[in-house]
Amino acid sequence: EHRHLLELLKRTTVHGESNSALVIGPRGSGKTALLNHVLKDLREMEQVRENLLENPFLSGLLQTNDKVALKEITRQLQLENVVGDKVFGSFAENLAFLLEALRKGDRSSSCPILFVLDEFDLFVHHKNQTLLYNLFDISQSAQTPVTVIGLTCRQDILELLEKRVKSRFSHRQIYLMNSFDFKQYMKIFKKQLSLPAEFPDESFAQKWNNNVQHLSEDKAVQDVLQNLFQHTKELRSLHLLLMLASSAVTVHHPLLTAADLQEASRQHSTDSKANIVHGLSVLEICLIIAMKHLNEVYDGEPFNFQMVYNEFQKFIQRKAHSMYNFEKPVVMKAFEHLLQLELVQPLERPSARAQREFLLMKLLLDSSQIMDALQVYPNCPTDVKQWAASSLSWL
Amino acid sequence: MNTRQQSKLIYSWYGKPLSSDRKLRISQYKGILITSESSKTETCIQLGDFILVEGVNADQPYVAQLMDLYEDGAQHKRAVVQWFCRLEEIPQNKRKLLKREIPAQEVFFDQVLGYDTDIAAETIIKTIMVLPLHLGEELPIVTLNKEQTFYVRQSWDGKCFKVLSPDTFSKLKEANKKRGVITNSSKAFTPSDILTPVKKEMESVVPSATKPKIADMEIESKHSTSKSSLAKERHSQRVANNDSKTPTARKKLELNSPTRSKAKLLGCEVLGLLDDDCDAIAPLEPSAPKRKVKFTGEILGSPPKIPCSNDKSKPTSETAEHRQRSSDTIRLSPYTKVKDFCEKDRNLDEEDDVLLSLVGYQKPSSQMPVLTPRSRRTCAQKTSALIAEQISLLKSHGKLAAEEDFSSGSDSSYSSSSEEEEDDDDDDDVPCTPEKKPKSSKIFSTPKSSRKSAVHTPAKTPKKTPLQGTPRTPRTPRNATPEIPRRVQAAQEPASVLEEARLRLHVSAVPESLPCREEEFQDIYNFVESKLIDGTGGCMYISGVPGTGKTATVHEVIRCLQQAAENEELPPFQFVEINGMKLTDPHQAYVQILEFLTGQKVTATHAAVLLAKLFSTPGPKRKTTVLVVDELDLLWTRKQNVMYNLFDWPTQKHSKLIILAIANTMDLPERIMMNRVASRLGLTRMSFQPYTYKQLQQIVSSRLKGVKAFEEDAVQLVSRKVAALSGDARRCLDICRRATEICELARQKRAPEIVRMAHVTEAIDEMFSSPYVNAIRNASLHEQIFLKAILAEFRRAGVEEATVQQIYHHYVALCRVEGLQSPTVSEIMAICSRLGACRLLLVEASNKYLHMRVRLNLSQDDVMYALKEE
Repeated sequence: EHRHLLELLKRTTVHGESNSALVIGPRGSGKTALLNHVLKDLREMEQVRENLLENPFLSGLLQTNDKVALKEITRQLQLENVVGDKVFGSFAENLAFLLEALRKGDRSSSCPILFVLDEFDLFVHHKNQTLLYNLFDISQSAQTPVTVIGLTCRQDILELLEKRVKSRFSHRQIYLMNSFDFKQYMKIFKKQLSLPAEFPDESFAQKWNNNVQHLSEDKAVQDVLQNLFQHTKELRSLHLLLMLASSAVTVHHPLLTAADLQEASRQHSTDSKANIVHGLSVLEICLIIAMKHLNEVYDGEPFNFQMVYNEFQKFIQRKAHSMYNFEKPVVMKAFEHLLQLELVQPLERPSARAQREFLLMKLLLDSSQIMDALQVYPNCPTDVKQWAASSLSWL
Repeated sequence: MNTRQQSKLIYSWYGKPLSSDRKLRISQYKGILITSESSKTETCIQLGDFILVEGVNADQPYVAQLMDLYEDGAQHKRAVVQWFCRLEEIPQNKRKLLKREIPAQEVFFDQVLGYDTDIAAETIIKTIMVLPLHLGEELPIVTLNKEQTFYVRQSWDGKCFKVLSPDTFSKLKEANKKRGVITNSSKAFTPSDILTPVKKEMESVVPSATKPKIADMEIESKHSTSKSSLAKERHSQRVANNDSKTPTARKKLELNSPTRSKAKLLGCEVLGLLDDDCDAIAPLEPSAPKRKVKFTGEILGSPPKIPCSNDKSKPTSETAEHRQRSSDTIRLSPYTKVKDFCEKDRNLDEEDDVLLSLVGYQKPSSQMPVLTPRSRRTCAQKTSALIAEQISLLKSHGKLAAEEDFSSGSDSSYSSSSEEEEDDDDDDDVPCTPEKKPKSSKIFSTPKSSRKSAVHTPAKTPKKTPLQGTPRTPRTPRNATPEIPRRVQAAQEPASVLEEARLRLHVSAVPESLPCREEEFQDIYNFVESKLIDGTGGCMYISGVPGTGKTATVHEVIRCLQQAAENEELPPFQFVEINGMKLTDPHQAYVQILEFLTGQKVTATHAAVLLAKLFSTPGPKRKTTVLVVDELDLLWTRKQNVMYNLFDWPTQKHSKLIILAIANTMDLPERIMMNRVASRLGLTRMSFQPYTYKQLQQIVSSRLKGVKAFEEDAVQLVSRKVAALSGDARRCLDICRRATEICELARQKRAPEIVRMAHVTEAIDEMFSSPYVNAIRNASLHEQIFLKAILAEFRRAGVEEATVQQIYHHYVALCRVEGLQSPTVSEIMAICSRLGACRLLLVEASNKYLHMRVRLNLSQDDVMYALKEE
């Protein structure tokens, strides 16, 4: 892929040939890194540097419509000095201006321009795809040599292009996949963690690197990494994990251990919602359990507060000695707290007319999550635990 | 002049109707009076005068010569004019015909037909000067009024520039001469001013200071009042003496406003005038001091107000003394000095003269602050600043006389500065902003001269200097053509056969002929040609899927036609192209067409009106226009007025408009157009069929003629493949191009010189392969399990949609089977969103968490296939 892209760009700069290409790959597969690398290589090449490749860099997240994108292109091409400080006119004027600028050039004399469109899929949603049409049209006609490179993670990007735009696109797609296996993954892990040779403290670097080598052979570490690898091949998550682990390094604890990595992995993979449950009061836990039972009884149908309250009342009546009987408003308050924590979600927007007690809700927790959370909940009354295990045991 | 908006102007006829036509109820006049209500001034414009006419652009009024004035039946005042056009009004592409730099003041004698020469008299702004010049002649170095003088060298008839014919030249000269006389008579005509008591007249001036023209008039009239009989004689003398090109009135005006004159005065004329005035003073001096002071004031701008205002506001002995002094200085220093200078510096060049004389009358004004109440102070500050500026200027000029002047100049500035300090003690609230000045000037119950200077100087200094002293803020030309920087190194020429082939295969490479489109070419050519010869209009609708050569064919036709027109086989025509995709809004089409045709830039609605007018009115000299509308379907609006207009114009009798509309769909007229639009489009249709494989093969081989780079079979394979899919020639060329690249890459190892089947197949695979399967295979284990879980859930429910919660249960079960640790819900959500980002899955907004619905973006079979392989 690297070579392909390099060749492509080289041709643009050296021969003045216009091209268009898409780099497609899932998130974290190194699309931007690849492009930057290629550009760096290009700049090192003799012929290219003299031709001073200009590259406007646009991101679909920043240039949210064609107007902004055009302005940005003009700015990055430093054409606005031609316009002077005149307030840049309408969108139409802008477009005409830029097209004019690009039409002026021809293959042999103008400086090639490289357009990089990050988050290409967002440009597709611009009105009429005007910008894309024009860019591709330029790349397909004898005007200023341009190369349009789009970066996207969407595999179905070509289907989003309008037929005219699609026809003008050269259908060069460079797919980036995380196609490495676990061995390579381990190598990456080692490389990421080792200290470079130019690290000032040589002896420490030596020690550290040895330690990394040991770690990579450690079974526990391999398990952790294997687990992560099975979840995602994205290198960013690996970075995140290593970051978490290496932040445990201190003066007194200079070397990374397997335990650090395991701890980091645990942090990395905790369930966020279940974590929230740990911080709830007993009453709120009870409500959640009531909801869980309701879900079981009604097979996932939505419920309202009144139903939850009734379920809770049933439990209280049976086991009145263990629980203090709360007032209904207090229970309501607890319920609203759950709502705020987004453990419960209303089906429709709360309106002024509907009474809050009868608003239909859904629980955003799975029963297994609830059970797991209860296991580790500190000082949970036994009654509640038993009730959670089975609603029917009391009958 | 934007002041026009500020004060109401009344237009009235001057004199009695010269002739009147009963039948048409038209009466002609020889002049028109423009009266400004606020300042009670009148300007008389007569036939033959050059005038500025309000135009579209407020900064750039049209230049014209007044030919006729009449009142029509409906009591509207009308004027017939001969236009002059500015450079900006000439289309961009024609400007280079001139082959020389055009200064801003140069205009062209307009012989373009079709401009309306009959205008409403109310649009006349003021008189100006237009001087005819011979082509070789240089523009006279910046003369009096930059704003108000224009030059004519050539005429412009819409196509080319011509040297003024001697006839028009002399006519223009004549008009100028006549004008000198007219101004004189107009002076005589403004007797009301002369008769009105001076004071009353002054009171009427109040806010008009910002309006130079009127202020000038005022001063002018006063001038004549003051000198009444004597001055009048002088006037006539002067008129006779001077070269009579410029009306004397104007020269005097310059004198009255120092800052202004700085920019514009012609030195020797000033000096001449000063001389005259000094002569005039001599007899006056003994008689009435007040009058004398006033007179100097008129010449020197500000100083005279000093004594007068003092008389009223501060009649203390102290100030009286001051006054005495100041009037002394006025009388003695500037005059004698200026006079001296005049004599000394006659031989010096103009610039110096201007400066010297300026310093001459800046001096008295700088002494003003001694006596004046505070409002004056700012003027003083300003003037002293001006003096300093001029001194430095003078220094740089370093002329003999300059030194003398320098010493005196610095003297005065010293004194003024010291006096300013005194003033500072008196009143701390020094008004610094120019806005305050007019207000404070009201404090004096205005004896005339004080009012004048108070109003005059402060208002002018800030306003005029930026406007005229410096050249106007450099506005970029409207049609600045941007340019991409040139490349340093020349583009490399193709070195090998493959590179050569690739170059030729690029879509942008223009082939000599378009193979396989001969028939269509002929049809379009015949259509346009016949319309051209007939001089009528018509529409043609061309459709075809993308990449079938519609636009290329049309361009080819136009090229051939243009060639024919050049060879005089066909009448000449104008070619305009618009592309729906390159417009931001359908209505912008009007703007672009108009810009192509006339070079004007206006708003969409206005452009529509202008175009409609253009196409519906007969113009004998107008060429036929061939308009190509690419991507027609994008010009669709809800009311379809853009399309309607486009197709309506050719049906007009005089339109001479041929439209070639291009779009993708064959049934566009029936599908999206309203009946009235479709019917105007007519039935001349043409559709471009997708290329067959033979045609594609021919296209590729014709492009590769002479270059042996492809195997026959390889080309055929590509052609068949593309023809089966879309028949898009672009795609075909792209594949071939890619194949050459692959071949080149492979060649580095072995040495196959030409592109073979294998390369082409690889290129085709690369372009048409479905990315999904590959993406799934490269996904992580858990992602694959998740996909499996989805499949299981789909199979269970029988619906191709499931919530994450449902999938989760399957997922956990699957993990148990595989012997893996089951992940947490958060991790599941992460996996789900990752797959969603790749669009392997279609997911809902993520705020529903577990209840988020998930769908596959590819068929279940594909997923099965991709997962089974392993």
